Amino acid sequence: MEHSAPESPVRFETSPAQYRHWRLEFPTVAGLAPGSVARIVMDVVEDGGMRPGYVLKLNSYDLGVDIELADAIQRVRFEHPAVRAVVVTSGKDRIFCSGANIYMLGSSTHPFKVNFCKFTNETRLYLEELSAGSGIPVLAALNGTASGGGYELALACDDILLQDDGNSAVSLPEVPLLAVLPGTGGLTRVVDKRKVRRDLADVFSTLAEGVRGKRSIEWRLVDEIASRSRFDAAVAARLAKLSARATRTATGEGMALTPLTAQRTEQGTAYSYVTVAVDTSRRLAEITMKAPAGPTPETPEALRAAGCAQWHVAAWRELDDALLDLRFNHLEVGLIVLRTAGDAEAVRSADRSLLRMADAGDWLAREVVLLRKRVLKRLDLSAKSLFALIEPGSAFAGSLFELALAADRIFMLDDGESKTTLALSPMNFGPFPMSNGLTRLATRFLYDPTVVDKLRAVSDPLDAADAMKKGLVTFAPDPIDWGDEVRVAVEERTSMSPDAMTGMEANLRFAGPETLETKIYGRLSAWQNWIFQRPNAVGPRGALTMYGKPERAVFDVRRT
Amino acid sequence: MSSVVNDTKIPNNVDLSSDKRLQRALEEWQPNFINWWMEMGPEGYQADDVYLRTATSVDHEGWAHFDYVKMPEYRWGIFLTEPVKDRTVGFGDEFGKPVWQQVPGEHRNTLRRLIVTQGDTEPASVEQQRLLGQTTPSLYDLRNLFQVNVEEGRHLWAMVYLLHSYFGRDGREEAEGLLERRSGNPDKPRILTTFNEPCEDWLSFFMFTYFTDRDGKYQLLALAESAFDPLARTTRFMLTEEAHHMFVGETGVLRVVQRACELTKLDPNGDARAQGGIDLGTLQKYMNFWFSSSLGLFGGEVSSNAASFFASGLKGRAKEDQYEDHLALTGTMNIPHFKDGRIIDESVPLRMAMNEVLRDDYVIDCQRGVDKWNRAIKEAGVDVELTLPNRRFNRGVGLYAGQHFDPQGNPITAAEWSARQGDWLPTEADRAYVKSLMTRPVYEPGKMAHWIAPPKQGIKGRPVDFEYVRHTV
Repeated sequence: MEHSAPESPVRFETSPAQYRHWRLEFPTVAGLAPGSVARIVMDVVEDGGMRPGYVLKLNSYDLGVDIELADAIQRVRFEHPAVRAVVVTSGKDRIFCSGANIYMLGSSTHPFKVNFCKFTNETRLYLEELSAGSGIPVLAALNGTASGGGYELALACDDILLQDDGNSAVSLPEVPLLAVLPGTGGLTRVVDKRKVRRDLADVFSTLAEGVRGKRSIEWRLVDEIASRSRFDAAVAARLAKLSARATRTATGEGMALTPLTAQRTEQGTAYSYVTVAVDTSRRLAEITMKAPAGPTPETPEALRAAGCAQWHVAAWRELDDALLDLRFNHLEVGLIVLRTAGDAEAVRSADRSLLRMADAGDWLAREVVLLRKRVLKRLDLSAKSLFALIEPGSAFAGSLFELALAADRIFMLDDGESKTTLALSPMNFGPFPMSNGLTRLATRFLYDPTVVDKLRAVSDPLDAADAMKKGLVTFAPDPIDWGDEVRVAVEERTSMSPDAMTGMEANLRFAGPETLETKIYGRLSAWQNWIFQRPNAVGPRGALTMYGKPERAVFDVRRT
Repeated sequence: MSSVVNDTKIPNNVDLSSDKRLQRALEEWQPNFINWWMEMGPEGYQADDVYLRTATSVDHEGWAHFDYVKMPEYRWGIFLTEPVKDRTVGFGDEFGKPVWQQVPGEHRNTLRRLIVTQGDTEPASVEQQRLLGQTTPSLYDLRNLFQVNVEEGRHLWAMVYLLHSYFGRDGREEAEGLLERRSGNPDKPRILTTFNEPCEDWLSFFMFTYFTDRDGKYQLLALAESAFDPLARTTRFMLTEEAHHMFVGETGVLRVVQRACELTKLDPNGDARAQGGIDLGTLQKYMNFWFSSSLGLFGGEVSSNAASFFASGLKGRAKEDQYEDHLALTGTMNIPHFKDGRIIDESVPLRMAMNEVLRDDYVIDCQRGVDKWNRAIKEAGVDVELTLPNRRFNRGVGLYAGQHFDPQGNPITAAEWSARQGDWLPTEADRAYVKSLMTRPVYEPGKMAHWIAPPKQGIKGRPVDFEYVRHTV
């Protein structure tokens, strides 16, 4: 039974008061300052699935569960500055998390599965970024078995503590049980992050029951084991160690993330700074992002006072929400046209003051920059073609120019009078690396790094001719050609195979070095998505199909 | 009805003055076209007054104006037949939907390639024929040559109009490319092989206008069905002019045939060559060569490109209206394949055989002229029959390329081919002989070269001895 899509659109906004499957707690931990530890507790409601047809047993998750986790991480970042360590644990006895729900996967369409896996991967990386970027280390406290996606969630944490009770294990049973891969970076993190020896990783990844006790330490699968009676003390000790490493040393109030302002209709969404117009018949969505309307905060105090409705935060939360909406609720949209509007200089000025505050060590300014970095990555990783249109009145400067740099093609109007411009800011040269670890400019000019160095010295806005010469735009049609060139390019793009576009773009967007992230999104996801289509997994006798049924799977034994 | 504007430099019925894009593009392109014409157009006659027809409207009656004009001042215009109201796509997967007034992005590259390939043949033929004037058999023929040349030039304009109007910057670059390639130049050849073959003598010119321009006619007929309406309307008007080119070929060959018969009968041994003419045997060889070479222009017998052009509505069959099934999804066509030394019919899905469908129509059309020539031979009392070779003969493109067949289409060995090739195709000696008859131009009004009969009548009611070209030495 396949659902074409959830009956109602998926929404990504939530808040701790609305969580059904998680609790965000701030327990008192012996030896640590009150409020310095955030505990994210997974306690999945079995009948709380996003749609009917499956039961979320054993702390298994679906998209709804993961949306709450993503929200919890974001809340810790913005709303709880005093937090210096996070612990992810389970609210159920003897089970940490058993991963993505198999029946949910079995009854989902292929596009939904792929989008779901991508979202969960993004969330796992946000956990890692919480440590690396925000300076808040994360502990996985496995008070029970962590299997599949459950262990992968633990792998995304800095340290893994496993309860040693003769039963709790870590495992990646996807291959032996389901004939698919662990879909949230498990294989990659086992060898790349935890540096488990490849032969041991091979054994581990084909062993459905997993590994427990001492062997899990010997094989580097976890960092520590602790008996049931010692477990809480071990958690506290680990948290003490981790929080000593924390580079976030903030005090004071956080910034409350209130719900977004969004007017949603069939034709799209109007947020405060972002508008999305969906044209289903043309398989097109147009996103327009506005520049700040007035002055932006120059001081940390002003930054706090302006709250989450200010451009710095709202515009990017809105874009994030818009991208997720397009990914999950508008599968037929093949192309996103990116536009900006407003005062380009206001963007550059906002960029400069924000970066100045972040460089001076203000935690909130840093979080604002990191938020933007994550949203831009989300854009890079969206399986939609992206065309940026630079037109009169647009504000492709600094941070907003990153939207264009994320695009597959950039069209810039050559108006003949240098009225249409783009501009760079320090935000283009470091704060927003892509998955490959390079800035979009560095990735663009991989053939000659000195091009980026020269661009660093460019402070004036560039007109189309100049931008074309510097390689910053793809095409610069004049006003007479503009309409047709853009129309034809759009029509041509959406006429091509959506699958081929997804694959082609994923290959062209991420030139340069491999990182854990690029491996997860490239190698792992691509193989996974292939396996998800193959009869050995999803055919009538495939392992995913036969899971939980009396008969065994039958494989086509030919290796591909 | 869009009005015709003739008081501008570029006569047109596309409301050029209100289309900024087109106007600018054509203004930039025009000087380059003139430069090309001066460099590659008819050599030695650019200052002459030539009695030419100029297209001035798209009316069936009186669409053209006849007068003396110097060729570089010819008013190359842009004419599309009037739009058909509520026209719908006549074939393929889009059958019955409204035709496209703009290029769908999906088909941009394919359409551009089709138009460029068609457009490339127009200047190519002018280049192939640029020295012919210097050996003209009469002023009448000289004028016809130039008429063909300037109209091929106009057809280039027609294609350039489409490129400029609908294909943006890429289109403009392609339009430049049309002026940059050169027939026969190994470094920048014209796109199709046939259009790089030299056309060095008048017999070849007549064969070219009969056989090769007729391929053009069928390509235009197929494009005239296109779902891209501006292309359909442009090519429909081009067909009006193309008819004259084939007339030049058909009557040109006919006059050579007539003269060959006269000289055959005059000679005691029945040898037209001995009388300083072109014998029918040589003429048959030229036919064999040009017919087989032109057949290649239709493309492969089994072609997925052709299927895709048809499916997407880009290129139909000639006179698509005559068919009942416009989807062509279920039909098949038997196409002889050559396998293991034998010729065996194989059934091919109809869409894959669209090139062959068009080629079929072409072969039938070619035969009509051949029948006329044979009637003239019979009337003259000479016992010779001209025949079109089998379509497998001497093919460089498609299923039969790389194999050897005699003119009846029977498979033969490579050895047989090399032994008998000279019986079937013009040899170096044949070509040298034909050229030797054409060393001097005939400029005296009404006078004909020795190897060709006069035409039955002149142009536009003018007598044959009218001074069609005022040649200044």
